[in-house]
Amino acid sequence: MHIDWAALGQVFGVSLVVTVGLVGIFTLGIVGTSSPSAGGAKASVLARTGAYACYALCAAAVGYGIFLIVG
Amino acid sequence: MEHITLLIGIVIVTALVFDFTNGFHDTANAMATTISTGALKPKVAVAMSAVLNLVGAFLSVEVAKTISGGIIDESAGIRPEVIFAGLIGAIVWNLLTWLAGLPSSSSHALFGGLIGATIVSVGFDAVNADKVVMKVLIPAVAAPIVAGIAATVATRLTYRLAKGRDEKETAKGYRAGQIASAALVSLAHGTNDAQKTMGVITLALVTGGVVAPHSDPPLWVIVSAGVAIALGTYLGGWRIIRTLGKGITDIQPPQGFAAQTGAATVILASSHIGFALSTTQVCSGSIMGAGLGRKGGVVRWSTAGRMAIAWCLTLPAAGLVAGGAAFLADQGTWGVTAVAVLGLAVSGAIYAASRRKPVTHDSLDETDAAAAEPVGVVTAALQAVAPPPAGPLSPEAGRTPAAAAS
Repeated sequence: MHIDWAALGQVFGVSLVVTVGLVGIFTLGIVGTSSPSAGGAKASVLARTGAYACYALCAAAVGYGIFLIVG
Repeated sequence: MEHITLLIGIVIVTALVFDFTNGFHDTANAMATTISTGALKPKVAVAMSAVLNLVGAFLSVEVAKTISGGIIDESAGIRPEVIFAGLIGAIVWNLLTWLAGLPSSSSHALFGGLIGATIVSVGFDAVNADKVVMKVLIPAVAAPIVAGIAATVATRLTYRLAKGRDEKETAKGYRAGQIASAALVSLAHGTNDAQKTMGVITLALVTGGVVAPHSDPPLWVIVSAGVAIALGTYLGGWRIIRTLGKGITDIQPPQGFAAQTGAATVILASSHIGFALSTTQVCSGSIMGAGLGRKGGVVRWSTAGRMAIAWCLTLPAAGLVAGGAAFLADQGTWGVTAVAVLGLAVSGAIYAASRRKPVTHDSLDETDAAAAEPVGVVTAALQAVAPPPAGPLSPEAGRTPAAAAS
């Protein structure tokens, strides 16, 4: 019986990296656009720009996901 | 010819019924945590999922040429009766697990049903044991582990990164992100599972000589399969949604986002790399992982254990029911009729049992009842199907209809 361990390992690796990466990037976006719970100042322009870049990356990932489903 | 046409008609209707149960069984995969974090209202969530399932059915024209992915040898005399019996087994198991509020894989139920019916009708030789291990057993074990670890790590990370931020503000972001991931899961589900039904119907049409072998499904098959799965999804399997959304662990917005993103990633990565993992097990695993990832998060292992038992039983139980059904259906026209009548009776009994303690989108919040309820419901269902005392619950579930059938 042939078990394709390589493919399974690949699925595991890719899933882990992509999930953690995407969640991390999206969280950075959230961090960049939100204010501290202590009631400090609103996020700076720089932080906001970075945050929108993060969101754009995530949107691109969703687009790639749709591409995979269609293809 | 008249007879064959009628039989194929029955197979088509049964396939659409299976598609429908598949829809409401699997709504929870995409929408359970989306609902419990408050990202979407229950009715809106199932409506969105239904639309995306319908869209998904039309998205891909790459049809499952083999309905079982090589698990059974479809050229070795698979007749419409066998497909019919397999579908009945899958439907009965789907309904029983829905009644118990347990998420189990609809694809595994279909495989189990087809395997059982094939063994009884054609013999062991027509079943590819290697493929069963490769395509069902290993993915079933691997899916929750892969998705669980990914979701755990992602949950830890997101809590750490967003520490000290205003929770109300971040929750908004998480909910928006979760809607996107849930949409991807729904879309992928529509593409995969609606196609399975299209494959079944097309195979039935081919065996009856209505369409040429290896042809694409006719448009009406695509439309009806898409509509059936969308209707099922819109109905909402509230019992399973409650188990996944609240039964396993209490889901906060960051966890919901991490779990759903993990699920979407694992489903797409696995099907793209060519080691398809079952959607149901991926979603359940990622929810457990998200539960473990939050400090103070609690995973209710008793519920998780019940789910695991259901997963183990899906293949043999659906196979047993289908085997009994195949034995009957092989007896000729009266046998097929008997299977159809029995199938309807069992479905009716399960539905009647579900009405005793209905779960709707309004009663999703009654978590305390949920913790103790499922076992009682299964017992009630078994008593409705056949009187014997409730032993270990699930072997009974598989045996009862088969015994009634033979």
